[in-house]
Amino acid sequence: MAELDRQEHLIDQINRSETLDQLEALRVAALGKNGSITALLKTLGGMSPEERQSQGPRINGLREAVAGAIAARKAALDAAALDARLASERLDMTLPVDTPAAGTIHPVSQVMDELAEIFADLGFAVATGPEIEDDWHNFTALNIPESHPARAMHDTFYFPDQPDGERKMLLRTHTSPVQIRTMLQQKPPIRIIAPGRTYRSDSDATHTPMFHQVEGLVIDKGITLGHLKWTLETFLKAFFERDDIVLRLRPSYFPFTEPSAEVDVGYTLEKGKRVIGGSGGGWMEVLGSGMVHPKVIAACGLDPDEWQGFAFGCGIDRLAMLKYGMDDLRAFFDGDIRWLKHYGFSALDVPTLSGGVGA
Amino acid sequence: MKFTLGWLKEHLDTQASLDDIVEALTRIGLEVEGVDNPGEKLAAFRIAKVLTAERHPQADKLQVLSVDAGDGPLQVVCGAPNARAGLVGVFGMPGATVPANGMVLKVAAIRGVESNGMMCSSRELELGDEHDGIIELPADAPIGTAYPAYAGLDDPVIDVAITPNRQDCMGVRGIARDLAAAGLGTLRPLAEVYRTEAIAPVAGDSPAPDVRTDDPEGCPAFYAQAVSGVTNGVAPAWMRQKLTAIGQKPISVLVDITNFVSIDLGRPLHVYDKAKLSGGLVARRARDGETVLALNGKTYTLDATMTVIADDTHVHDIGGIMGGEDSGVSETTTDVIIECAYFDPDHIARTGQKLALTSDARQRFERGVDPAFLDDGLAIATKLVVDHCGGTPSAITRAGEAPLGTRSYAYDPARTETLGGLAVAPERQRTILESLGFTVTADWQVSPPTWRRDIDGTADLVEEVIRIVGIDNVPSTPLDRAPGVAKPTASAEQKLERRIRRAAAARGLDEAVTWSFLSEKEAAVFGGGAWTLANPISEDLKVMRPSLLPGLLSAAARNARRGAGAVRLFEIGRRYLADAERPTLALVLAGDRRPRGWREGKAAAFDAFDAKAEALALLAAAGAPVDNLQVFGPDSIWTGDAWHPGQSGTLRLGPKTVLAAFGMLHPRTIEAFDLGGAVAAVELYLDALPAKRGGGGFMRPAYAPPVLQPVRRDFAFLVPEEVSADALVRAAKGADKAAIVSARVFDLFTGAGVEAGKKSVALEVVLQPGDKSFTDAELKAIADKVVAAAAKQGAVLRG
Repeated sequence: MAELDRQEHLIDQINRSETLDQLEALRVAALGKNGSITALLKTLGGMSPEERQSQGPRINGLREAVAGAIAARKAALDAAALDARLASERLDMTLPVDTPAAGTIHPVSQVMDELAEIFADLGFAVATGPEIEDDWHNFTALNIPESHPARAMHDTFYFPDQPDGERKMLLRTHTSPVQIRTMLQQKPPIRIIAPGRTYRSDSDATHTPMFHQVEGLVIDKGITLGHLKWTLETFLKAFFERDDIVLRLRPSYFPFTEPSAEVDVGYTLEKGKRVIGGSGGGWMEVLGSGMVHPKVIAACGLDPDEWQGFAFGCGIDRLAMLKYGMDDLRAFFDGDIRWLKHYGFSALDVPTLSGGVGA
Repeated sequence: MKFTLGWLKEHLDTQASLDDIVEALTRIGLEVEGVDNPGEKLAAFRIAKVLTAERHPQADKLQVLSVDAGDGPLQVVCGAPNARAGLVGVFGMPGATVPANGMVLKVAAIRGVESNGMMCSSRELELGDEHDGIIELPADAPIGTAYPAYAGLDDPVIDVAITPNRQDCMGVRGIARDLAAAGLGTLRPLAEVYRTEAIAPVAGDSPAPDVRTDDPEGCPAFYAQAVSGVTNGVAPAWMRQKLTAIGQKPISVLVDITNFVSIDLGRPLHVYDKAKLSGGLVARRARDGETVLALNGKTYTLDATMTVIADDTHVHDIGGIMGGEDSGVSETTTDVIIECAYFDPDHIARTGQKLALTSDARQRFERGVDPAFLDDGLAIATKLVVDHCGGTPSAITRAGEAPLGTRSYAYDPARTETLGGLAVAPERQRTILESLGFTVTADWQVSPPTWRRDIDGTADLVEEVIRIVGIDNVPSTPLDRAPGVAKPTASAEQKLERRIRRAAAARGLDEAVTWSFLSEKEAAVFGGGAWTLANPISEDLKVMRPSLLPGLLSAAARNARRGAGAVRLFEIGRRYLADAERPTLALVLAGDRRPRGWREGKAAAFDAFDAKAEALALLAAAGAPVDNLQVFGPDSIWTGDAWHPGQSGTLRLGPKTVLAAFGMLHPRTIEAFDLGGAVAAVELYLDALPAKRGGGGFMRPAYAPPVLQPVRRDFAFLVPEEVSADALVRAAKGADKAAIVSARVFDLFTGAGVEAGKKSVALEVVLQPGDKSFTDAELKAIADKVVAAAAKQGAVLRG
C-alpha cells in the first residue's frame, strides 16, 4: 500500500510540475541512477523467485506509469512553451507591403497588336517601311504628281533639298508608301497591313503633327470592291467585338485608288458618349479605301490587267479613341503617367483570338 | 463649296426634299459637311404694321402700340424712338426666341401695361448692328408673312466638300448634273437658267480687244471681249442675295458677276478696267523678279516659270490665280475687258504653291476648268455685264486654243462586277454615263465630257457607274481563306519588339509614345540630329531625334512637375540617323526607386545598377546571350557627354557590337531637360541584337542533370581598386573551365582594414563534379588555380 501511495504521490507531483526543470528533477529523483524507483528495481535482484514473481510486475508497472506521466507532462509543457513564444511573435498584419510598380502598354501599341492578331487570321502579314521617305514613294508612285492638288491636302513636312538634287526627302504623310515598297519587293498574291508613324503639319485637338496609321493592301487576281467591303466589315466587327457594326461607304477620291470610298461606321449614343455599333446616333468617318489604281500597280512593275486589289488606310490613334474612349489625341504623346496608367494596358493583356482582342 | 437650295434649283428641276438632296449628295461622293438654314431661327418673326402709338401712362420713354401681325390688333409696349403709327416692321410673337440673347418672348406686364410680343431691331435678330430703333420695312411689305420668307432668308445653305478631282463640281451646275444623273431631277438647259433663248456670243461691231498669248504652255487660250460705256453700280438683288447667302460680300456688279459665274459654273473670269491699261494684254511668262500688287493688297515677286497677264508696262494678273490691284474695276470704271482664259493646271498649281497663294480661281484652274466652255463662258459674262451695267460689247478675240483632251476608252460593262463587285445592267450603265455627259458608242467606246479631266481609264468609268448606282449596294464578298488554322505572320523583328515591350511593362515601366522630332537644343545634348525639317510646325518639333531619351526626359520632367514621386518610362521607336532609322528601346528612371517605408526606412533613389538591371533583364527577355555580354566603360561615341562619365557604360557582344548603353545621365543633361535629382537611363539597340539561332523545330536538347551536387568555395581577395569586378570574376571562372560552372561577387568592401588603393572582393565559386566527387587534393588544386588566375589581375588572397 505504501508503494501505491508513493506512486500516486509521484504522478501527482509530475502533473503539477510547472517547468521542464522541475519535471527533470522529478525524473532524476524517480528514475535517475539513484532514483527511488530505480532503487526499487534494484531490490528485485535480491528477491526469491516467488517474491519476484509477485513484486516484479508491480515495480515495473510503477516505473512505466511514472515514465509515461513524465513524457505526457513534457509534451504538454513543450506545447505551452511554443504557444507562448508564438503569442509573443504577433505582428500587425495590417501593415502595408511594398507592391512593385505595375507597368503599362501604350494604347497605340496595344491596338497595333490587336490589328496584327485580327489580320493574321485573315492571312495578312505585317510590313514596315521608312518614315523618312522620298517624294517618289510617298507621292509620285501613288499617282500624285508634283502639281497635283492632293499634295496640298497632305501638309507635308519636307527636308531641305539634297545636294545631289535627286530625291526630295520628306516625312511620310501616310503609310501608303509601304504599299509601293511591298509590291516592289514581293510577288503577288499580297496581303499585308502596315502600321506606323505618319506626319502632317497640322495641330489641334483631333490632329497632331505625328500620328499613327495602318495601311492594308491586297493584290491578287479577281479582287473586287466587294472583297474590300467584306474585309473592312470583318475587321471592324472583330476589332470592336460587336456584331452590330454598320458600315457606310461613300464614294470619294484618293489619287492612288479607283474607285475610292470613304468608310463611315455607325454609332449609338450611350450616356452622351458615342459608342461604335448600330447607327442610331449617326456616322463617324473611320477610314479611306479603294481599289488600287492601275497606274499604281503599273508603277510597281505589275501588269494591271492581271493583278488588281484594294487598299485602305486608317488612323490607329482614332481606332483606339473610338474603342477605349479617350477624347484628346494630344494626350497620347504627352507621356503623363497618370494617363498611361488610366488608359494603358497590362503586360499580360496580350490580344488573342481565343481570349478576345480587346482588353 | 457652298450654295443654297434655291440656287441649286435654278439648274435642277426637282421635287426632292432638302433631306433627300443632302442624302443623295453624300451618297454620290459629294460629301455634305453642313446644312445651315439662316431663316430657321427667325421663323417665328412676322411682318407687322403699327396701327397706333400712344404714350405709356407710367413711362416717358415707352409707347403702347397696337400692332397687326396678320391676326388683328395686339397691344405691345415698345421703347424704340422710331416706333410710330404706320411703321411696318418685324414682330416677335410670344413663344419666339430672340436670336441675339436667347430670350423667349412671353406675354408680360411692362410697368403695368400688358405687352404681347416685341417689335425687333436688326441687332436683336442678328441681321446687323443697328440698335437705335426697330426695323423699318417698305410700306408694302406683306403683313402677317413670316419675315425669313419675305427677306429671302429661308433658303438653306448647303456646304459640300469637293474632292480635288471634281473641278466640274466647283460650280453649282456640276453638282446639279450629278444629282440629275442620280435620279434627283432634271438638269435645266443652260439658256433657261440664264433666261435667254440660247447661249450665244454677244458680239458687237467695235474692234475686238488687243489680247494674245505668248505662253501657249501656261495659257493655251485667251478669249476676251470689251464692253464700253458700262456703269459699275450695285448688282441685282438676286445675285447679291445668292452671294451673301454663301458668305461672299457683294462688292460691285462687275466683280459680283465674275464671282457669281465662278461659283455658278465653275468658270473663273477676270474683268480689267480698260482705262488703266496701256496697250494690249498679253499672256506671257513673268520676268524673274517682276512684281505685282495683287487684289489682296499683297505684292508678289514672280519668276520665269509663272504665267502672267501684262500690258505694255506691267503685270496686271497672276494668270488664273489673282488679278492685280492696279487694273481692278471701281465705281468710276466705264470701259472693261472681260477675260475668259484657259490656264494649264500644272502651271497654276506650281505657281500657287510657290507663291503660297490660294484663291477661288486657282482652286478651279488647277483642277482643270472645262476647255470647251470658253466661248459660252465669255458669252454669259458679256450678257450679264450688258444686262446689268449697260454698255456696248466689242467683237471677240479668241487667242490660242484650249486643249480639249479628247480621249475614249474601250469599256467592258462587266468591269463594274469584276472590279467594282456590283453587276449593273449595261443599259443602265449607258444611261448613267450619258446623263453625266459621257458619250457611249454602240460598241462601248466611252468618251468623257470635256469638263471631266479627272477621268483616266476604265476604272474611273466603273467608279462613275458605281457611285451613281450606290456604292452601298456592292455586296460583301469574303476573301479566300487558306484551309486550316491561320498561319503565323509576325516577323522576327515584330516578335522581338512585342516581347521586349511586354517584358518592360511587366517590370513596372510605363510605355510612352513621344514625338519623333525635337528642338535643336534637345537634339544637341545627344550629339545632334542628322535630319532637320525645312518646314517644321514649331522650333520645338524640328530635328528628327538621334536618341529616344530627350523625349522621355521631357516627359519625365512634365511628370515631376505634376508631382510624380517616381517616373519609370520607356518607349520603343526609331532613332533617325544619317544612314538609317534604327529600332530602339529607351527608358528613364527618375525619382524614388523605393519610397520611404516602415520596413526599409528611407527612400532610395535610382542608381546606375538599377539601369543595368533593367538593361540585362530586357536583353534576356529579348533572347540575347546575356552571360556572354561584356561591360565597357563610357566612351565618346555611345555615351558621349550626355551620360555620367563615371557611372555609365555599354553592354557589348564582343568589342564592337553594342547592344545597350546604361547608367546615370550627366547632371548637365538632367538640367537641360529641367529635371532635378539623379536620373538613370538605358538605351537598347534592337537592330544590334543577334538573330535567334536555329529555327529548326521545337525539340529541346535531352535533359541530363548532373548526378552529383555542386560544391561551393569562397575566396576573399585584396584587389587594386582599378581592377574591375568583372575582370576578377572572369579570371576565376576561367581558372578551371571543366570544374568551375560559375563565379560571382558576394561581398565588396573598402575602408578600415583594407589598405588605401585596394578593395576587398569576395567571390563564391561553384564547382560541378562529374562522375566522381572531388577529392581533397583535387579541390585544393582547383583553389590554387583560382588564386593564381586572380593573382594575374593583381589580386591577393586575404589571410
